[in-house]
Amino acid sequence: MFSQPLAHHQHHQSLAEADAYHGKSAETRHLKPGELSTGTTIMAVQFNGGVVLCADSRVSTGSYVANRASDKIAQLHDHIWCCRSGSAADTQALTDYVKHYLSQLAIETGRLPEVKVAAHLMRRLCYQNKDYLMAGVIVGGWDPVSNGAVYNIPLGGACIPMPFALGGSGSTFIYGLVDAEYKENMTKDEALALVRKAVSHAMARDGSSGGIIRTLVATEEGNVKEFISGNKLPYGPAGW
Amino acid sequence: MSELTSNNNLSSSSTGGAAGGFNFDHVHRNALLQHQLATTSAASNNSSSNSSILPLATKTGTTIVGLVYANGIVLGADTRATNDTTVADKNCDKIHYIAPNIYCCGAGTAADTEKTTELIASQMELLRLNTGGADHSRVVTACTLLKRLLFRYQGHISAALVLGGCDPIDGPALYQIYPHGSTSKLPYTTMGSGSLAAMAIFEADYRDDLSEDEAVGLVRRAILAGIFNDLGSGSNVDTCIIRTDGSVSMGRNDIMPNEVGPLRAQVKRSEVMNIGKGTTPILKSSFVKSKMMMSGGVSLADVTVTAMET
Repeated sequence: MFSQPLAHHQHHQSLAEADAYHGKSAETRHLKPGELSTGTTIMAVQFNGGVVLCADSRVSTGSYVANRASDKIAQLHDHIWCCRSGSAADTQALTDYVKHYLSQLAIETGRLPEVKVAAHLMRRLCYQNKDYLMAGVIVGGWDPVSNGAVYNIPLGGACIPMPFALGGSGSTFIYGLVDAEYKENMTKDEALALVRKAVSHAMARDGSSGGIIRTLVATEEGNVKEFISGNKLPYGPAGW
Repeated sequence: MSELTSNNNLSSSSTGGAAGGFNFDHVHRNALLQHQLATTSAASNNSSSNSSILPLATKTGTTIVGLVYANGIVLGADTRATNDTTVADKNCDKIHYIAPNIYCCGAGTAADTEKTTELIASQMELLRLNTGGADHSRVVTACTLLKRLLFRYQGHISAALVLGGCDPIDGPALYQIYPHGSTSKLPYTTMGSGSLAAMAIFEADYRDDLSEDEAVGLVRRAILAGIFNDLGSGSNVDTCIIRTDGSVSMGRNDIMPNEVGPLRAQVKRSEVMNIGKGTTPILKSSFVKSKMMMSGGVSLADVTVTAMET
Protein backbone atom coordinates (compact mmCIF):
# COMPACT_ATOMS: atom_id res chain seq x y z
CA MET A 1 0.00 0.00 0.00
CA PHE A 2 2.65 2.52 1.00
CA SER A 3 5.51 0.97 -0.89
CA GLN A 4 8.29 3.21 -2.14
CA PRO A 5 8.77 3.92 -5.84
CA LEU A 6 11.88 2.54 -7.50
CA ALA A 7 14.91 4.82 -7.72
CA HIS A 8 14.75 4.89 -11.50
CA HIS A 9 10.99 5.30 -11.53
CA GLN A 10 11.25 8.66 -13.27
CA HIS A 11 12.95 7.27 -16.35
CA HIS A 12 10.33 4.59 -16.90
CA GLN A 13 7.47 6.99 -16.36
CA SER A 14 7.83 8.47 -19.84
CA LEU A 15 7.94 5.02 -21.44
CA ALA A 16 4.92 3.81 -19.55
CA GLU A 17 3.03 6.99 -20.32
CA ALA A 18 3.78 6.85 -24.01
CA ASP A 19 2.69 3.22 -24.20
CA ALA A 20 -0.41 3.87 -22.17
CA TYR A 21 -1.93 6.45 -24.49
CA HIS A 22 -3.61 3.70 -26.46
CA GLY A 23 -6.07 3.46 -23.59
CA LYS A 24 -9.40 5.12 -23.80
CA SER A 25 -10.48 6.78 -20.59
CA ALA A 26 -8.78 8.71 -17.79
CA GLU A 27 -8.76 5.47 -15.79
CA THR A 28 -7.36 3.07 -18.37
CA ARG A 29 -4.74 5.52 -19.71
CA HIS A 30 -2.57 5.51 -16.62
CA LEU A 31 -2.58 1.79 -15.85
CA LYS A 32 0.75 -0.02 -15.81
CA PRO A 33 1.18 -2.52 -18.65
CA GLY A 34 -0.72 -5.69 -17.85
CA GLU A 35 -2.59 -4.19 -14.93
CA LEU A 36 -6.25 -5.08 -14.64
CA SER A 37 -8.73 -2.29 -15.10
CA THR A 38 -12.34 -2.02 -14.19
CA GLY A 39 -12.93 0.21 -17.27
CA THR A 40 -16.32 0.68 -15.95
CA THR A 41 -19.70 2.23 -15.52
CA ILE A 42 -20.68 2.75 -11.89
CA MET A 43 -23.31 4.93 -10.23
CA ALA A 44 -25.18 5.47 -6.99
CA VAL A 45 -28.47 7.30 -6.34
CA GLN A 46 -30.12 8.44 -3.11
CA PHE A 47 -33.81 7.85 -2.60
CA ASN A 48 -36.23 8.19 0.29
CA GLY A 49 -34.80 5.98 3.04
CA GLY A 50 -31.73 4.58 1.33
CA VAL A 51 -29.33 4.35 -1.55
CA VAL A 52 -29.12 2.27 -4.71
CA LEU A 53 -25.71 1.38 -6.14
CA CYS A 54 -25.23 0.01 -9.63
CA ALA A 55 -22.35 -1.30 -11.76
CA ASP A 56 -21.61 -3.19 -14.93
CA SER A 57 -19.52 -6.37 -14.62
CA ARG A 58 -16.68 -6.10 -17.14
CA VAL A 59 -13.01 -6.30 -16.08
CA SER A 60 -10.48 -5.86 -18.86
CA THR A 61 -6.73 -6.18 -19.57
CA GLY A 62 -6.15 -4.17 -22.73
CA SER A 63 -8.62 -5.55 -25.25
CA TYR A 64 -9.24 -8.85 -23.39
CA VAL A 65 -12.18 -9.26 -21.03
CA ALA A 66 -10.52 -10.83 -17.98
CA ASN A 67 -13.81 -11.27 -16.11
CA ARG A 68 -17.25 -10.80 -17.62
CA ALA A 69 -19.31 -11.25 -14.46
CA SER A 70 -17.29 -9.50 -11.75
CA ASP A 71 -18.77 -7.72 -8.73
CA LYS A 72 -17.62 -4.09 -8.50
CA ILE A 73 -19.96 -3.33 -5.58
CA ALA A 74 -18.01 -4.07 -2.39
CA GLN A 75 -19.31 -4.13 1.19
CA LEU A 76 -17.59 -1.82 3.68
CA HIS A 77 -19.94 -2.37 6.63
CA ASP A 78 -23.44 -3.73 7.38
CA HIS A 79 -25.25 -0.95 5.47
CA ILE A 80 -22.31 0.79 3.74
CA TRP A 81 -21.09 -0.18 0.28
CA CYS A 82 -18.91 1.19 -2.50
CA CYS A 83 -18.58 1.02 -6.28
CA ARG A 84 -15.02 0.57 -7.59
CA SER A 85 -13.44 1.92 -10.80
CA GLY A 86 -9.84 2.17 -12.02
CA SER A 87 -7.19 -0.42 -11.12
CA ALA A 88 -8.75 -3.59 -9.75
CA ALA A 89 -5.78 -4.27 -7.47
CA ASP A 90 -5.74 -0.73 -6.02
CA THR A 91 -9.49 -0.53 -5.38
CA GLN A 92 -9.57 -4.01 -3.79
CA ALA A 93 -6.71 -3.04 -1.45
CA LEU A 94 -8.47 0.26 -0.60
CA THR A 95 -11.80 -1.39 0.21
CA ASP A 96 -10.03 -3.99 2.35
CA TYR A 97 -8.39 -1.22 4.39
CA VAL A 98 -11.59 0.80 4.81
CA LYS A 99 -13.53 -2.35 5.72
CA HIS A 100 -10.92 -3.11 8.40
CA TYR A 101 -10.94 0.43 9.87
CA LEU A 102 -14.77 0.58 9.89
CA SER A 103 -15.13 -2.73 11.71
CA GLN A 104 -12.65 -1.52 14.35
CA LEU A 105 -14.55 1.78 14.67
CA ALA A 106 -17.90 -0.02 15.04
CA ILE A 107 -16.48 -2.21 17.83
CA GLU A 108 -14.85 0.75 19.64
CA THR A 109 -17.93 3.01 19.49
CA GLY A 110 -20.50 0.24 19.80
CA ARG A 111 -22.76 1.68 17.10
CA LEU A 112 -23.22 1.72 13.36
CA PRO A 113 -20.64 3.83 11.50
CA GLU A 114 -21.83 6.73 9.33
CA VAL A 115 -21.51 6.69 5.55
CA LYS A 116 -19.72 10.03 5.93
CA VAL A 117 -17.03 8.39 8.07
CA ALA A 118 -16.58 5.55 5.59
CA ALA A 119 -16.27 8.04 2.73
CA HIS A 120 -13.71 10.15 4.59
CA LEU A 121 -11.62 7.09 5.48
CA MET A 122 -11.63 6.16 1.80
CA ARG A 123 -10.80 9.76 0.82
CA ARG A 124 -7.88 9.89 3.22
CA LEU A 125 -6.31 6.74 1.72
CA CYS A 126 -7.02 7.94 -1.84
CA TYR A 127 -5.61 11.43 -1.25
CA GLN A 128 -2.53 10.53 0.78
CA ASN A 129 -1.48 7.80 -1.68
CA LYS A 130 -2.70 9.55 -4.82
CA ASP A 131 0.71 9.23 -6.56
CA TYR A 132 0.57 5.44 -6.34
CA LEU A 133 -3.13 4.83 -6.86
CA MET A 134 -5.53 4.68 -9.75
CA ALA A 135 -8.89 4.55 -8.05
CA GLY A 136 -12.25 6.26 -8.51
CA VAL A 137 -14.70 5.19 -5.84
CA ILE A 138 -18.32 5.96 -5.01
CA VAL A 139 -19.26 5.31 -1.39
CA GLY A 140 -22.93 4.96 -0.56
CA GLY A 141 -25.22 3.42 2.00
CA TRP A 142 -27.61 3.88 4.86
CA ASP A 143 -26.91 5.13 8.39
CA PRO A 144 -29.26 6.39 11.15
CA VAL A 145 -27.90 9.97 10.95
CA SER A 146 -28.12 10.66 7.20
CA ASN A 147 -30.84 8.09 6.39
CA GLY A 148 -28.93 7.39 3.15
CA ALA A 149 -25.96 9.22 1.58
CA VAL A 150 -23.74 9.09 -1.51
CA TYR A 151 -20.14 10.35 -1.66
CA ASN A 152 -18.09 10.58 -4.84
CA ILE A 153 -14.30 10.13 -4.49
CA PRO A 154 -12.74 10.74 -7.93
CA LEU A 155 -9.13 10.14 -9.05
CA GLY A 156 -7.36 12.98 -7.18
CA GLY A 157 -8.87 12.09 -3.81
CA ALA A 158 -11.59 14.68 -3.35
CA CYS A 159 -14.71 13.71 -1.40
CA ILE A 160 -17.97 15.22 -2.59
CA PRO A 161 -21.41 14.47 -1.10
CA MET A 162 -23.96 14.17 -3.91
CA PRO A 163 -27.60 13.18 -4.38
CA PHE A 164 -26.37 10.93 -7.19
CA ALA A 165 -22.90 10.09 -8.50
CA LEU A 166 -21.52 8.61 -11.71
CA GLY A 167 -18.10 7.12 -12.32
CA GLY A 168 -15.89 5.11 -14.65
CA SER A 169 -15.20 5.37 -18.38
CA GLY A 170 -18.84 4.71 -19.32
CA SER A 171 -20.19 7.53 -17.18
CA THR A 172 -19.34 10.20 -19.79
CA PHE A 173 -21.99 8.77 -22.11
CA ILE A 174 -24.86 9.07 -19.63
CA TYR A 175 -24.38 12.35 -17.72
CA GLY A 176 -27.01 14.05 -19.90
CA LEU A 177 -29.44 11.20 -19.51
CA VAL A 178 -29.14 11.09 -15.72
CA ASP A 179 -29.28 14.91 -15.39
CA ALA A 180 -32.53 14.88 -17.37
CA GLU A 181 -34.15 11.95 -15.56
CA TYR A 182 -33.05 12.48 -11.95
CA LYS A 183 -35.70 13.75 -9.55
CA GLU A 184 -35.48 14.50 -5.85
CA ASN A 185 -37.31 12.21 -3.41
CA MET A 186 -37.60 9.22 -5.73
CA THR A 187 -38.99 5.93 -4.52
CA LYS A 188 -36.78 2.84 -4.37
CA ASP A 189 -38.29 1.43 -7.56
CA GLU A 190 -37.89 4.73 -9.45
CA ALA A 191 -34.23 4.90 -8.41
CA LEU A 192 -33.65 1.28 -9.44
CA ALA A 193 -35.27 1.87 -12.83
CA LEU A 194 -33.11 4.97 -13.36
CA VAL A 195 -29.77 3.30 -12.62
CA ARG A 196 -30.61 0.24 -14.72
CA LYS A 197 -31.63 2.39 -17.68
CA ALA A 198 -28.55 4.64 -17.38
CA VAL A 199 -25.99 1.85 -16.96
CA SER A 200 -27.45 -0.18 -19.82
CA HIS A 201 -27.09 2.88 -22.09
CA ALA A 202 -23.46 3.34 -20.96
CA MET A 203 -22.72 -0.36 -21.57
CA ALA A 204 -24.08 -0.04 -25.11
CA ARG A 205 -21.75 2.86 -26.00
CA ASP A 206 -18.62 2.21 -23.90
CA GLY A 207 -16.38 -0.60 -25.11
CA SER A 208 -14.88 -1.22 -21.69
CA SER A 209 -18.26 -1.57 -19.96
CA GLY A 210 -20.48 -4.58 -20.43
CA GLY A 211 -21.64 -7.96 -19.19
CA ILE A 212 -24.44 -7.90 -16.63
CA ILE A 213 -25.89 -5.12 -14.45
CA ARG A 214 -25.45 -5.56 -10.70
CA THR A 215 -27.55 -3.47 -8.30
CA LEU A 216 -27.57 -3.10 -4.55
CA VAL A 217 -30.24 -1.39 -2.45
CA ALA A 218 -29.13 -0.38 1.06
CA THR A 219 -31.85 0.64 3.54
CA GLU A 220 -32.49 0.42 7.28
CA GLU A 221 -34.15 -2.96 6.70
CA GLY A 222 -31.00 -4.41 5.09
CA ASN A 223 -29.44 -4.89 1.69
CA VAL A 224 -30.92 -6.38 -1.46
CA LYS A 225 -28.51 -7.55 -4.18
CA GLU A 226 -29.84 -8.22 -7.64
CA PHE A 227 -28.55 -8.59 -11.18
CA ILE A 228 -29.90 -8.41 -14.71
CA SER A 229 -28.29 -10.79 -17.19
CA GLY A 230 -26.83 -9.40 -20.39
CA ASN A 231 -29.69 -10.58 -22.61
CA LYS A 232 -32.39 -8.94 -20.48
CA LEU A 233 -31.02 -5.39 -20.25
CA PRO A 234 -33.47 -2.45 -20.49
CA TYR A 235 -31.49 -1.11 -23.45
CA GLY A 236 -29.19 -2.64 -26.04
CA PRO A 237 -29.44 -5.48 -28.56
CA ALA A 238 -30.65 -8.75 -27.01
CA GLY A 239 -28.06 -11.46 -26.77
CA TRP A 240 -25.09 -9.21 -25.94
CA MET B 1 17.92 -1.85 -26.97
CA SER B 2 21.34 -2.88 -28.13
CA GLU B 3 23.13 0.22 -29.24
CA LEU B 4 26.75 1.26 -29.20
CA THR B 5 27.65 4.76 -28.17
CA SER B 6 29.37 6.06 -31.25
CA ASN B 7 31.07 9.44 -31.08
CA ASN B 8 29.43 10.98 -34.09
CA ASN B 9 25.99 10.18 -32.73
CA LEU B 10 23.70 13.13 -32.21
CA SER B 11 23.06 12.22 -28.59
CA SER B 12 26.57 12.01 -27.15
CA SER B 13 27.62 15.56 -28.02
CA SER B 14 24.69 17.13 -26.23
CA THR B 15 25.42 15.49 -22.87
CA GLY B 16 29.06 16.61 -22.79
CA GLY B 17 31.56 15.53 -20.16
CA ALA B 18 30.85 11.97 -19.04
CA ALA B 19 33.51 9.67 -20.49
CA GLY B 20 33.02 5.91 -20.29
CA GLY B 21 30.31 3.98 -18.45
CA PHE B 22 26.79 3.34 -19.67
CA ASN B 23 24.85 5.75 -21.83
CA PHE B 24 21.07 5.70 -21.52
CA ASP B 25 20.32 8.50 -24.01
CA HIS B 26 18.61 6.11 -26.38
CA VAL B 27 16.18 4.98 -23.69
CA HIS B 28 14.80 8.52 -23.58
CA ARG B 29 15.00 8.81 -27.37
CA ASN B 30 13.00 5.59 -27.79
CA ALA B 31 10.45 6.71 -25.20
CA LEU B 32 10.06 10.02 -27.04
CA LEU B 33 9.76 8.28 -30.41
CA GLN B 34 7.18 5.83 -29.06
CA HIS B 35 5.20 8.72 -27.59
CA GLN B 36 5.35 10.76 -30.80
CA LEU B 37 4.43 7.83 -33.02
CA ALA B 38 1.57 6.88 -30.75
CA THR B 39 0.14 10.40 -30.72
CA THR B 40 0.56 10.97 -34.47
CA SER B 41 -1.02 7.62 -35.36
CA ALA B 42 -3.88 8.45 -33.01
CA ALA B 43 -4.27 11.92 -34.55
CA SER B 44 -4.27 10.69 -38.16
CA ASN B 45 -6.82 8.08 -37.06
CA ASN B 46 -5.20 5.56 -39.38
CA SER B 47 -5.74 2.45 -37.30
CA SER B 48 -4.55 0.06 -40.03
CA SER B 49 -0.88 1.16 -39.96
CA ASN B 50 0.38 0.17 -36.55
CA SER B 51 3.89 -0.58 -37.83
CA SER B 52 5.23 2.49 -36.05
CA ILE B 53 4.99 0.94 -32.59
CA LEU B 54 8.32 -0.29 -31.20
CA PRO B 55 8.75 -4.04 -30.64
CA LEU B 56 7.64 -5.44 -27.31
CA ALA B 57 9.67 -7.61 -24.92
CA THR B 58 9.11 -11.37 -25.17
CA LYS B 59 6.89 -12.78 -22.45
CA THR B 60 7.01 -16.17 -20.81
CA GLY B 61 4.26 -18.48 -22.02
CA THR B 62 1.98 -20.85 -20.14
CA THR B 63 -1.51 -22.28 -20.11
CA ILE B 64 -3.07 -22.82 -16.69
CA VAL B 65 -6.73 -23.41 -15.89
CA GLY B 66 -9.05 -24.13 -13.00
CA LEU B 67 -12.61 -25.41 -12.81
CA VAL B 68 -15.19 -25.91 -10.06
CA TYR B 69 -17.52 -28.92 -10.13
CA ALA B 70 -20.06 -30.08 -7.56
CA ASN B 71 -17.64 -32.30 -5.66
CA GLY B 72 -14.41 -30.31 -5.87
CA ILE B 73 -11.86 -28.48 -7.99
CA VAL B 74 -9.88 -29.49 -11.06
CA LEU B 75 -6.66 -27.62 -11.86
CA GLY B 76 -4.70 -28.01 -15.09
CA ALA B 77 -1.38 -26.84 -16.54
CA ASP B 78 0.93 -27.39 -19.48
CA THR B 79 4.58 -28.32 -18.80
CA ARG B 80 6.61 -25.99 -21.05
CA ALA B 81 9.05 -23.48 -19.55
CA THR B 82 10.50 -20.92 -21.95
CA ASN B 83 13.51 -18.67 -21.91
CA ASP B 84 13.04 -16.05 -24.59
CA THR B 85 12.17 -18.17 -27.64
CA THR B 86 13.94 -21.30 -26.38
CA VAL B 87 12.16 -24.14 -24.55
CA ALA B 88 14.09 -24.24 -21.28
CA ASP B 89 12.28 -27.23 -19.73
CA LYS B 90 10.06 -29.64 -21.66
CA ASN B 91 8.44 -31.16 -18.61
CA CYS B 92 8.28 -28.69 -15.72
CA ASP B 93 5.75 -28.65 -12.89
CA LYS B 94 3.39 -25.68 -12.71
CA ILE B 95 0.90 -26.99 -10.13
CA HIS B 96 2.29 -25.95 -6.75
CA TYR B 97 1.45 -27.14 -3.24
CA ILE B 98 -0.08 -24.60 -0.82
CA ALA B 99 -1.74 -26.83 1.79
CA PRO B 100 -2.93 -30.47 1.87
CA ASN B 101 -6.29 -29.31 0.51
CA ILE B 102 -5.09 -26.36 -1.62
CA TYR B 103 -2.99 -26.23 -4.78
CA CYS B 104 -2.01 -23.33 -7.03
CA CYS B 105 -1.16 -23.08 -10.75
CA GLY B 106 1.42 -20.43 -11.65
CA ALA B 107 2.09 -18.45 -14.83
CA GLY B 108 4.66 -15.71 -15.40
CA THR B 109 8.28 -15.79 -14.24
CA ALA B 110 8.97 -19.36 -13.08
CA ALA B 111 11.15 -18.27 -10.16
CA ASP B 112 8.50 -15.83 -8.92
CA THR B 113 5.61 -18.32 -9.05
CA GLU B 114 7.75 -21.00 -7.40
CA LYS B 115 8.97 -18.79 -4.55
CA THR B 116 5.66 -17.00 -3.84
CA THR B 117 3.79 -20.31 -3.59
CA GLU B 118 6.55 -21.79 -1.40
CA LEU B 119 6.43 -18.74 0.89
CA ILE B 120 2.66 -18.85 1.24
CA ALA B 121 2.70 -22.64 1.75
CA SER B 122 5.12 -22.10 4.62
CA GLN B 123 2.98 -19.30 6.14
CA MET B 124 -0.12 -21.49 5.84
CA GLU B 125 1.54 -24.38 7.65
CA LEU B 126 2.70 -22.09 10.48
CA LEU B 127 -0.81 -20.64 10.71
CA ARG B 128 -2.31 -24.14 10.99
CA LEU B 129 0.15 -25.10 13.73
CA ASN B 130 -0.55 -21.84 15.62
CA THR B 131 -4.33 -22.21 15.43
CA GLY B 132 -5.04 -25.69 16.70
CA GLY B 133 -3.12 -27.85 14.25
CA ALA B 134 -5.90 -28.55 11.76
CA ASP B 135 -5.04 -30.73 8.77
CA HIS B 136 -6.47 -28.25 6.27
CA SER B 137 -6.46 -24.51 5.57
CA ARG B 138 -9.07 -22.13 4.14
CA VAL B 139 -8.69 -21.16 0.50
CA VAL B 140 -9.64 -17.50 1.19
CA THR B 141 -6.73 -17.28 3.64
CA ALA B 142 -4.24 -18.37 0.99
CA CYS B 143 -5.86 -15.96 -1.48
CA THR B 144 -5.61 -13.00 0.93
CA LEU B 145 -1.96 -13.74 1.81
CA LEU B 146 -1.06 -14.00 -1.88
CA LYS B 147 -2.89 -10.84 -2.92
CA ARG B 148 -1.32 -8.79 -0.10
CA LEU B 149 2.18 -10.00 -1.04
CA LEU B 150 1.66 -9.26 -4.74
CA PHE B 151 0.06 -5.86 -4.07
CA ARG B 152 2.96 -4.87 -1.81
CA TYR B 153 5.36 -5.49 -4.71
CA GLN B 154 3.20 -3.45 -7.14
CA GLY B 155 3.31 -6.00 -9.97
CA HIS B 156 7.09 -6.47 -9.91
CA ILE B 157 6.58 -10.10 -8.84
CA SER B 158 5.42 -11.65 -12.11
CA ALA B 159 3.07 -14.27 -10.72
CA ALA B 160 -0.34 -14.84 -12.31
CA LEU B 161 -2.02 -17.55 -10.28
CA VAL B 162 -5.01 -19.88 -10.34
CA LEU B 163 -5.65 -20.90 -6.74
CA GLY B 164 -8.00 -23.78 -5.99
CA GLY B 165 -8.97 -25.92 -3.04
CA CYS B 166 -11.72 -27.32 -0.85
CA ASP B 167 -12.38 -26.40 2.77
CA PRO B 168 -15.24 -27.31 5.16
CA ILE B 169 -16.51 -23.69 5.34
CA ASP B 170 -16.66 -22.60 1.69
CA GLY B 171 -16.60 -25.99 -0.04
CA PRO B 172 -14.80 -25.93 -3.39
CA ALA B 173 -13.34 -22.46 -4.10
CA LEU B 174 -11.40 -21.17 -7.10
CA TYR B 175 -9.58 -17.82 -7.27
CA GLN B 176 -7.76 -15.99 -10.03
CA ILE B 177 -4.91 -13.74 -8.82
CA TYR B 178 -3.19 -11.17 -11.02
CA PRO B 179 0.43 -9.99 -10.54
CA HIS B 180 -0.73 -6.55 -9.33
CA GLY B 181 -2.74 -8.13 -6.52
CA SER B 182 -6.31 -8.14 -7.78
CA THR B 183 -8.36 -11.27 -7.26
CA SER B 184 -11.68 -12.73 -8.34
CA LYS B 185 -13.62 -15.83 -7.26
CA LEU B 186 -14.87 -17.67 -10.31
CA PRO B 187 -16.50 -20.96 -11.39
CA TYR B 188 -13.86 -21.43 -14.11
CA THR B 189 -10.77 -19.50 -15.10
CA THR B 190 -7.68 -19.57 -17.34
CA MET B 191 -4.40 -17.65 -17.20
CA GLY B 192 -1.11 -17.26 -19.09
CA SER B 193 -0.47 -16.71 -22.79
CA GLY B 194 -2.62 -19.74 -23.65
CA SER B 195 -5.54 -18.43 -21.59
CA LEU B 196 -7.47 -17.27 -24.65
CA ALA B 197 -7.30 -20.68 -26.35
CA ALA B 198 -8.25 -22.43 -23.10
CA MET B 199 -11.07 -19.99 -22.30
CA ALA B 200 -12.59 -20.63 -25.73
CA ILE B 201 -12.98 -24.29 -24.74
CA PHE B 202 -14.41 -23.43 -21.30
CA GLU B 203 -16.88 -20.87 -22.68
CA ALA B 204 -18.13 -23.43 -25.21
CA ASP B 205 -18.57 -26.44 -22.92
CA TYR B 206 -18.79 -25.33 -19.26
CA ARG B 207 -21.94 -26.32 -17.36
CA ASP B 208 -22.85 -25.95 -13.69
CA ASP B 209 -23.63 -29.67 -13.28
CA LEU B 210 -20.43 -31.29 -14.56
CA SER B 211 -19.46 -34.69 -13.13
CA GLU B 212 -15.85 -35.28 -12.02
CA ASP B 213 -14.97 -37.18 -15.22
CA GLU B 214 -16.56 -34.47 -17.37
CA ALA B 215 -14.74 -31.74 -15.43
CA VAL B 216 -11.34 -33.43 -15.82
CA GLY B 217 -12.08 -34.02 -19.52
CA LEU B 218 -12.91 -30.34 -20.02
CA VAL B 219 -9.74 -29.22 -18.22
CA ARG B 220 -7.63 -31.60 -20.34
CA ARG B 221 -9.15 -30.25 -23.55
CA ALA B 222 -8.58 -26.64 -22.41
CA ILE B 223 -4.89 -27.31 -21.70
CA LEU B 224 -4.51 -29.19 -25.02
CA ALA B 225 -5.97 -26.13 -26.78
CA GLY B 226 -3.22 -24.07 -25.15
CA ILE B 227 -0.51 -26.62 -25.96
CA PHE B 228 -1.42 -26.82 -29.65
CA ASN B 229 -2.52 -23.22 -30.37
CA ASP B 230 -0.19 -21.14 -28.21
CA LEU B 231 3.53 -21.02 -29.01
CA GLY B 232 4.40 -20.26 -25.39
CA SER B 233 2.71 -23.45 -24.16
CA GLY B 234 3.53 -27.05 -24.99
CA SER B 235 4.52 -30.60 -24.04
CA ASN B 236 2.27 -32.45 -21.56
CA VAL B 237 -0.94 -31.96 -19.58
CA ASP B 238 -0.76 -31.95 -15.77
CA THR B 239 -4.00 -32.13 -13.78
CA CYS B 240 -4.90 -32.02 -10.11
CA ILE B 241 -8.25 -32.97 -8.55
CA ILE B 242 -9.06 -31.67 -5.06
CA ARG B 243 -12.27 -33.18 -3.69
CA THR B 244 -14.57 -31.92 -0.91
CA ASP B 245 -13.85 -35.13 1.07
CA GLY B 246 -10.22 -33.96 1.34
CA SER B 247 -8.67 -36.38 -1.14
CA VAL B 248 -6.28 -35.14 -3.81
CA SER B 249 -5.33 -36.81 -7.12
CA MET B 250 -2.26 -35.41 -8.83
CA GLY B 251 -2.33 -36.29 -12.52
CA ARG B 252 1.30 -35.62 -13.38
CA ASN B 253 1.74 -36.00 -17.15
CA ASP B 254 -1.92 -36.98 -17.46
CA ILE B 255 -1.72 -36.70 -21.23
CA MET B 256 1.53 -36.81 -23.23
CA PRO B 257 0.63 -35.76 -26.75
CA ASN B 258 4.18 -34.84 -27.72
CA GLU B 259 6.12 -38.06 -27.09
CA VAL B 260 9.35 -38.03 -29.11
CA GLY B 261 10.51 -41.59 -28.25
CA PRO B 262 8.68 -43.36 -31.11
CA LEU B 263 9.74 -40.64 -33.54
CA ARG B 264 13.38 -40.92 -32.54
CA ALA B 265 13.20 -44.73 -32.89
CA GLN B 266 12.17 -44.32 -36.51
CA VAL B 267 15.32 -42.40 -37.37
CA LYS B 268 17.80 -44.72 -39.04
CA ARG B 269 21.44 -43.86 -38.49
CA SER B 270 24.50 -45.39 -40.10
CA GLU B 271 26.11 -48.25 -38.16
CA VAL B 272 29.18 -46.06 -37.61
CA MET B 273 27.01 -43.74 -35.48
CA ASN B 274 25.67 -46.60 -33.35
CA ILE B 275 28.73 -47.89 -31.55
CA GLY B 276 27.56 -50.52 -29.11
CA LYS B 277 28.49 -50.90 -25.47
CA GLY B 278 31.75 -52.84 -24.98
CA THR B 279 33.19 -51.94 -28.38
CA THR B 280 36.25 -50.60 -26.61
CA PRO B 281 37.72 -53.45 -24.51
CA ILE B 282 38.76 -52.82 -20.88
CA LEU B 283 42.26 -54.21 -20.54
CA LYS B 284 42.63 -53.67 -16.78
CA SER B 285 41.16 -51.60 -13.94
CA SER B 286 42.45 -50.59 -10.50
CA PHE B 287 41.61 -48.16 -7.70
CA VAL B 288 44.32 -45.94 -6.18
CA LYS B 289 43.92 -43.93 -2.98
CA SER B 290 44.43 -40.21 -3.50
CA LYS B 291 47.17 -38.38 -1.61
CA MET B 292 44.66 -36.43 0.42
CA MET B 293 42.84 -39.50 1.71
CA MET B 294 46.13 -41.01 2.82
CA SER B 295 47.16 -37.89 4.78
CA GLY B 296 44.11 -38.26 7.03
CA GLY B 297 41.81 -35.26 7.68
CA VAL B 298 39.83 -34.48 4.54
CA SER B 299 37.47 -31.53 4.53
CA LEU B 300 34.98 -30.79 1.79
CA ALA B 301 37.01 -27.77 0.77
CA ASP B 302 40.06 -29.97 0.18
CA VAL B 303 38.36 -32.24 -2.31
CA THR B 304 39.18 -30.93 -5.74
CA VAL B 305 39.95 -33.43 -8.47
CA THR B 306 40.50 -37.11 -7.86
CA ALA B 307 42.73 -38.89 -10.30
CA MET B 308 41.20 -41.75 -12.20
CA GLU B 309 43.13 -44.43 -13.93
CA THR B 310 41.96 -47.17 -16.17
